[in-house]
Amino acid sequence: MGILLQVRDLKTYFYTDAGVVKAVDGVSYDLKEGETLGLVGESGCGKSVSALSILRLIANPPGKIVGGEIFFEGKDLLKISEKEIRNIRGNHIAMIFQEPMTSLNPVLTIGLQIGEALELHRNMNKKEAREEILRLLRMVGIPDPERRIGDYPHQFSGGMRQRVMIAMALSCNPKLLIADEPTTAVDVTIQAQLLEVVKELTSRLGTAVMLITHNLGVVARHVNRMAVMYAGRIVEQGPAAEVYAHPQHPYTIGLLASVPRLDKPRKERLVPIDGQPPNLILLPPGCSFMPRCSYRMEICSKERPELRPVGDGHFTACWANMER
Amino acid sequence: MYFPMTKGIIRQQKIAEVKAVDGVNFFIRKGETLGLVGESGCGKTTLGRCLLQLIRPTSGEVYFEGVDLCTMASDHLRSIRQRMQIIFQDPFDSLDPRMTAGEIVAEPLRVHTRIRGRELREKIAELLKIVGLDPSMKDRYPHQFSGGQRQRLGIARALAIRPSFIVCDEPISALDVSIQAQIINLLEDLQGEFDLTYLFIAHDLSVVRHISHRVAVMYLGKIVEVANRDALYRVAKHPYTIALLSAVPIPDPIVEASRERIILRGEIPSPIALPPGCNFHPRCPIGVEICQKEIPSPREIEEGHWVACHLA
Repeated sequence: MGILLQVRDLKTYFYTDAGVVKAVDGVSYDLKEGETLGLVGESGCGKSVSALSILRLIANPPGKIVGGEIFFEGKDLLKISEKEIRNIRGNHIAMIFQEPMTSLNPVLTIGLQIGEALELHRNMNKKEAREEILRLLRMVGIPDPERRIGDYPHQFSGGMRQRVMIAMALSCNPKLLIADEPTTAVDVTIQAQLLEVVKELTSRLGTAVMLITHNLGVVARHVNRMAVMYAGRIVEQGPAAEVYAHPQHPYTIGLLASVPRLDKPRKERLVPIDGQPPNLILLPPGCSFMPRCSYRMEICSKERPELRPVGDGHFTACWANMER
Repeated sequence: MYFPMTKGIIRQQKIAEVKAVDGVNFFIRKGETLGLVGESGCGKTTLGRCLLQLIRPTSGEVYFEGVDLCTMASDHLRSIRQRMQIIFQDPFDSLDPRMTAGEIVAEPLRVHTRIRGRELREKIAELLKIVGLDPSMKDRYPHQFSGGQRQRLGIARALAIRPSFIVCDEPISALDVSIQAQIINLLEDLQGEFDLTYLFIAHDLSVVRHISHRVAVMYLGKIVEVANRDALYRVAKHPYTIALLSAVPIPDPIVEASRERIILRGEIPSPIALPPGCNFHPRCPIGVEICQKEIPSPREIEEGHWVACHLA
């Protein structure tokens, strides 16, 4: 499988009255064709901003992609023209968002919204588009598509709206689907349904998926490789099975230890991560995680660690050496 | 010592009847945590508020420490309110943005007691310390705290007048994963220290299992299963409970790859247009003819384990 996407040292900052928020501060990862990469982290870690940066959807002001390269099919997306990137959005790279009610246009029928991408990128006329839309709606499991094609977003439940988003995203058979917390706003049984739909369709179509979430269970079930983010940087990445079995970064270790599991006997006490999430304007020198880290050493407050290999395809940005 | 018992609460609206909570019976023992799980629209939040009479139920009884709250007069209820409190889901919405932390925590004391002046200040400092906040933060406003810290403030406020019963309505859903464990531990510690009884409402089954002694599962206004925590997670009997457990992803790729998944068909129906017979039958993987006709009554299949299903 070839490499589809290469993000190199991406930096996206937000210039606010309170100071400069380094939302993404030197992030690099690869994505192979047909692979599913999980981008994991809590609120404010930079996972959504890094994905929006790929499609140059960062509002300027106050945001700005200040550095790095994003190679997609050989081209640096940060250097191509506005016209070229518009041709890529919705066509070669598609995105689905967390809140389908705010990301769908409330005054257009879903037929029109799905049709928009088809007419724009696949040059279909109205008749061809309608046939294709019905096919897509069936594909994502929306019952009675002939009737629903003329309905508005508010006439669908949350789970159904998300399926409409998936249909829209896959309508032009993109090489890459970015799913930004697609199931956070829906119930767990609907979450299971939606993720199965995405998995089934993307494996059938050969689409690569970047799944952004804070849910460690979702990642375990649905991704091949994962990258854990904290304060704008990747702190650990590798094959999902490897990272879960042998986490190397204290943040990853902490997260996995703090989450209760249904399949294990009940622990007497959960083991939380001490402290508070970081203030991205006032990050400490050295490692950003250091204030909360139980493995900290002197070097951690002085020098910021870079990613280094700790296993087959497994990297961690930490000065400490963990036992395997 | 027994706690509340509710029966037949139906909430009515003018145009249609939204049976938010539809004939629910249960009890909570003193010092116990009853977990209440279910997905959106199942009625769990409404039920929590009905218990506290924040919403007056349409019908039924809620016995709190032996007395029925539903028939109580407002002023008597007001004094009973000291014994029962609530912690809300949204640490942004549930704190007055124009009050300082100290004022927020002091409010219940001002309303229900005559404690003022130095004694009040000492109590505020004590409460903040109990929940793990630095008392010097008492003059800060809610927006100056993080989400987890705001939730601690909400807990401090709920504890201020030493209640015996606290409804925790999704208290950690809005918090980051690494903070959730902190708050769970805090709630558990407080339960031990102050002999508290909790109704813990949540949709995260892993967390509910951790913190509860017994768990009740709700679907569309009815309780479909109640059991001790371990029994529910090991030998769940209701098809909805089983599907719910199957849908919860486990943070371990190897375990996940070997799990059996039950993916439910269809959507959660609206509580306005309830299906006939068992509420769950349109989505049930094992439904049979009787399920479409008769509403199943809860039956005790093992000691302390109740299921509302024709096939259990």
